[in-house]
Amino acid sequence: MSIVTRRSAITGFGIALATPPLAIPALAQSGDVFRIGLILPMTGPFASTGRQIEAAIRAWLRANPAPIAGKRIEILLRDDTGVAPDVTRRLAQELAVRERVQALAGFGLTPLALAAAPIATEAKLPMIVMAAATAIIPSRSPFILRTAFSLPQATAPIAVWAQRAGIRTAVTLVTDFAPGLDAERAFKERFTAAGGSVTAELRTPLRNPDYAPFLQRVRDARPDALFIFVPSGEGAPLMRQFAERGLREAGIRLIGTGDVLDDDILNDIGDSALGAVTSHHYSAAHDSAENRAFLAAYAAQAPGQRPNFMAVGGWDGMHLLAEGLRRTQGNTDGERLVAAMAGQEWISPRGPVRIDAQSRDIVQDIYIRRTERRDGQLWNIEFDRVERVGPMG
Amino acid sequence: MILLHAIPWAGALAGYWLFPEQLPLLSAIAIAALFAVSLDLIVGYAGLVTLGQAAFFGAGAYTAGILAQQGWGEPFSGLLAAAAVAALLGLISAPLVLRAGELAGLMVTLGLGLMLYEAANKAAAITGGADGLQGVEMWPIFGLYRFDLWGRTAYLYSLAVLFVLFMLARLLVASPFGWSLRAIRGNARRAPALGVPVKARLTAAYVIAAAYAGVAGGLLAQTTSFASLDALSFQRSADGLLMLVLGGLGSLYGALLGAVAFTVAHHALSEASPVFWQFWLGIALVALALAGQGGLLGLARAAIARLRRR
Amino acid sequence: MASAITVLLDGVAAGMLLFVLSVGLSVTLGLMNVVNLAHGAFGMLGGYVCVVLLNRLGVPFPLALLAAAAAAAAMGFVLERLLYVHIYGRDHLTQVLFSIGLVFIMGAVADWLMGARTQLIQLPSWLSGRMEFAGIGLGRYRLFLIILCGFVALALHFGLVRTRFGARLRAAVDDGVVARGMGLPVGRIFSITFALGSGLAGLGGALGVEILGLDPNFPLKYMVYFLVVVAVGGANSVAGPFLAALLLGVVDVAGKYWIPEVGAFIIYTAMVVLLLARPQGLLARAK
Repeated sequence: MSIVTRRSAITGFGIALATPPLAIPALAQSGDVFRIGLILPMTGPFASTGRQIEAAIRAWLRANPAPIAGKRIEILLRDDTGVAPDVTRRLAQELAVRERVQALAGFGLTPLALAAAPIATEAKLPMIVMAAATAIIPSRSPFILRTAFSLPQATAPIAVWAQRAGIRTAVTLVTDFAPGLDAERAFKERFTAAGGSVTAELRTPLRNPDYAPFLQRVRDARPDALFIFVPSGEGAPLMRQFAERGLREAGIRLIGTGDVLDDDILNDIGDSALGAVTSHHYSAAHDSAENRAFLAAYAAQAPGQRPNFMAVGGWDGMHLLAEGLRRTQGNTDGERLVAAMAGQEWISPRGPVRIDAQSRDIVQDIYIRRTERRDGQLWNIEFDRVERVGPMG
Repeated sequence: MILLHAIPWAGALAGYWLFPEQLPLLSAIAIAALFAVSLDLIVGYAGLVTLGQAAFFGAGAYTAGILAQQGWGEPFSGLLAAAAVAALLGLISAPLVLRAGELAGLMVTLGLGLMLYEAANKAAAITGGADGLQGVEMWPIFGLYRFDLWGRTAYLYSLAVLFVLFMLARLLVASPFGWSLRAIRGNARRAPALGVPVKARLTAAYVIAAAYAGVAGGLLAQTTSFASLDALSFQRSADGLLMLVLGGLGSLYGALLGAVAFTVAHHALSEASPVFWQFWLGIALVALALAGQGGLLGLARAAIARLRRR
Repeated sequence: MASAITVLLDGVAAGMLLFVLSVGLSVTLGLMNVVNLAHGAFGMLGGYVCVVLLNRLGVPFPLALLAAAAAAAAMGFVLERLLYVHIYGRDHLTQVLFSIGLVFIMGAVADWLMGARTQLIQLPSWLSGRMEFAGIGLGRYRLFLIILCGFVALALHFGLVRTRFGARLRAAVDDGVVARGMGLPVGRIFSITFALGSGLAGLGGALGVEILGLDPNFPLKYMVYFLVVVAVGGANSVAGPFLAALLLGVVDVAGKYWIPEVGAFIIYTAMVVLLLARPQGLLARAK
């Protein structure tokens, strides 16, 4: 480097950059196909999230085979290969530059969505967040819209309900990462505002082999209720150990967001889930024509499996994109698409939803559900609801 | 001979014009290659196996990232800072690792790496925790070339840094210092008799390798405007080691080859089969391990030798 | 006080489980000098066998455990004869390459056959729930774990010390070349030991479904823990890894109970400190 002067380095760099790579294709529209770049966790610890969303999207395409505004929808699926934001970012970049997709979708975890956000901004591509649930996500790019949920949104109603149900003291137990901290904060805020008190706040490491010591602390603290948030799939061992440790016998009620009692694994969790009260935006047991249609379409795509709240995020994401495309009459300009999608209202399988025009985040009803056995299977039965909850609760 | 050395670099540069739509991947390869080179210095030459090299990679990534986030986005000085912090970390941890000896030392590197990961997770106020570091704003290189969506600047920048550091590494391993490392690897007990101060040399190698890994991490943070916990993860250390073994230890070019082969295979397989790519990657790794020693470079050498014998 | 003892017993149970899962790894490392990162994959296999037998076929839990161990042992035997024999004597890094590849393959196969979701089992009623003894509560299943794994550890220890096979095994560990020269069938001893270690991992995997969870990511997720047990305990013995597993189990659980703020930090710190204090393993004699 010593021989190479600063000036010549600058010039060398300049020459290379000035000689454009061969055949740069413009970010042009490619005829009558609408291409969606779908980035999901298909392997690794969060694979079940990706499988659910992918199945729901394929189910939606099966149920809606006709072209939308003259365009055939094409999905390009990529595996995020684990918790690796740089890979997700690179995949988004490639999908934009090489595959010339007209929208990005998926995004299983918060850091992955955040890493891809600048790409959406720079490439002017609508980015539909179908799973990641930290509150701040849509603020990171004017091109992000969310069809999942946010944790403060799912958490606030259970805190209010708990207070009404006579719960005065609670301990929170959340996974130590951004969504968990979101849930912890939202619960504490609402619960104390309503007059309750949080006597202990416990956080478990993301890679946690055993919940025993945390649950033992809860048992020692003897609160009226334990509030839980753990990522989907992690809930099973936790629920089991809650029962095993005799917390229910000790008079501690279990409340939480619906992530713990994910429909995907609810039946396997078994009787230890019975009686738990959770708040969430979707239950497979939701009684509506839209949900029945969704369940039927999903069953045709993935026989024998029950869709969970991740799946409904994917299904609604497709609906939203299709609606946007219809409104622009097939124009795939990113800014126009986002403008057309923001403010949309429709009846989702989960109930009525709206994409808020300002925040581009979802506004939806949050249901309070109790886990019950019906026809030999476990379901989260909705018995109360809070209408039109905003992304911040 | 010079021509032989020029081929891979000419190829890498040609990639810029040949694969204009794959530049982000090429940048990722260049960064992975630098990381593999850092591992080759410590594992291949000094014979000290580590499972915690990601600690230095991550330290570099966060250093460069935080500098840029706090308003100093100049790329080259950012890399220098990344190297310095990683080297310092290496200097602190080297005595612990060297003290423990072979298998235990290996596990100490793993343990230190995991501790740093947890520490970064806990220090969310500085690192952004599991969300990753937000708001990294890079200045244009030389004040002229900004990091673009196509990844052109990012690739040329990464490649240039890799080239310079690679050549520096070649000088280093050909120097008396490099030969003393080989003597230690060959026989650590006899080395002192030859007048080689084993501990000091290994510490030096460890620190240099740490600085290299730090630069690689810094590059990743700068070219992606993002740093997150996975930069510190065991997975990254393991991947780096796989690349190195895949390519062939102790020749530096093996590290390059391994990084290219592993990253391309990883990428192509996961694109072709998003759900079952790990199966095919596994088959490839097992086949290569069974096929023979020396990794891809060893296989290539054997093939060339066979051709010559004819 | 009572809950402190409960926490310690929880830690003991977790440590016992960890021991059964990882003891095979330490034996293969000591005996054959093979770094087998795929060890956890045998645990995963055992777990899936147990899940399928229990949930789909209604086989009683003890039988499912036996079957899980047998299946993993059989798989271990086959793979040892077919693949592992080719990597004995290679350098450790090649073995790492090989066994990581194997982990990828087995994880993908598990995913293909069983799906990516977490698998769960329904324990029989005699193992679920909790009992109180002098004010100290303990889950029945954890008590079962302590008894069963303790029994396994004892059996292994005495098997190694008292039986003819144990004596041959120790001879082969101490000096393979001499043992071969004395006419010991070292190859066969390797095979049987490898199968035994895999079978134990299978048993551990089946026992662990309830506590650790089970998905295709299992071998990678817990690989670090197995390595820690082996490194801290030292290869070549049963008592070393046993003590290490217990210690790590108790330290981890107790740390999370008393100082949950630092979370996973404690177990790693404990490991580094132990390694620095006793680099050759907990029970190693000074050389």
